[in-house]
Amino acid sequence: MEHNIWLYLLVMAAVSYLIRMAPLVLIRREITNKYLRSFLFYVPYATLAVMTFPAIMEATQVPAAGLCALIAGIILAWKGCSLFQVAVFCCAVAFLVELLPFF
Amino acid sequence: MTTENKICFQHGMRDGSPIALGYFAVAFTLGIAARNAGLSAIQALIASALNNASAGEYAGFALIAAGSSYLETAIMTLVVNARYLLMSCALSQKLKPDTHLRHRMLIAYDVTDEIFGICVAQPGYLNPWYAYGAIVVAIPGWALGTFFGVIMGNVLPTRMVSALSVGLYGMFLAIIIPPARKNRVIAGVVAVGFAASFLVNRLPLFDGVSTGIKTIALTIVLALAAAVLFPTDAVNSDKKSSVPAPDSNYEQKKDEVY
Repeated sequence: MEHNIWLYLLVMAAVSYLIRMAPLVLIRREITNKYLRSFLFYVPYATLAVMTFPAIMEATQVPAAGLCALIAGIILAWKGCSLFQVAVFCCAVAFLVELLPFF
Repeated sequence: MTTENKICFQHGMRDGSPIALGYFAVAFTLGIAARNAGLSAIQALIASALNNASAGEYAGFALIAAGSSYLETAIMTLVVNARYLLMSCALSQKLKPDTHLRHRMLIAYDVTDEIFGICVAQPGYLNPWYAYGAIVVAIPGWALGTFFGVIMGNVLPTRMVSALSVGLYGMFLAIIIPPARKNRVIAGVVAVGFAASFLVNRLPLFDGVSTGIKTIALTIVLALAAAVLFPTDAVNSDKKSSVPAPDSNYEQKKDEVY
């Protein structure tokens, strides 16, 4: 069966958009249920933590570079560095560790 | 645009710049996958500009390459991107209840891991213009990265690509660590999240499960456990319209945002 790439792209785009749009448009008021509110409050931290580790170790050529970047990032963020500073420093750490001769 | 909206927009652009850089690097590799699936550079550019989803696009390109049906493609996109449904639910609570429909529909266009991350990190209600500022710099990074990935393949040294892709995770850390320092439950969620994610990714038991499903399942379990064990009233306790950055010396004007 012959498929059209543009149609595939349209299907992907439509589904991606609807998933994101529905909750924002349908949930128009503040949720009052304490547990549901708490759940939504914790969602970002849970999901970003899960996405960061161990994925950060798989993003680099050697896992140690990602691990060092993770540790450096946690320390800098803990000390209150900005988003940009943390991001750039993590890149620098990963880059330098990968330059080390024993990897 | 009011002065406050303008400032929020600029702050969004500022915070969106590192995202755009990271996106460019990640999208570059995505472009290689797009080329392998038979997409032209323009098609890849449009795919990225409309989808704004790394894993979702990877999955889609793989299905295109395999000549799968449109229905399969739709279902796969739904499954791989389902975490955005959760993010949008959480984000809906960051918006002032009277936020206009057009703002809701526009923000929805680019709820990605990173844009979502910086938006929820904003104090108080989210000013849509902050999101727009981030979006207008981030999307070109993403779409052009894919475009150049198709036409230039492996020109960028792998070292550069891997170093840059770490930047996105650095941003996640900058978002979750400062609140974790102030709130022990959040710290617990983050720590348990790291450990659980590591186990689920390494145990052969879960080998057949896609990364997207793992992320959703872990998110729901963790956030649910935290909500049941430590229900909080601190949710957005600082709810008021506010300019984004603590370093801003802009005199805050409430209720004039929209």
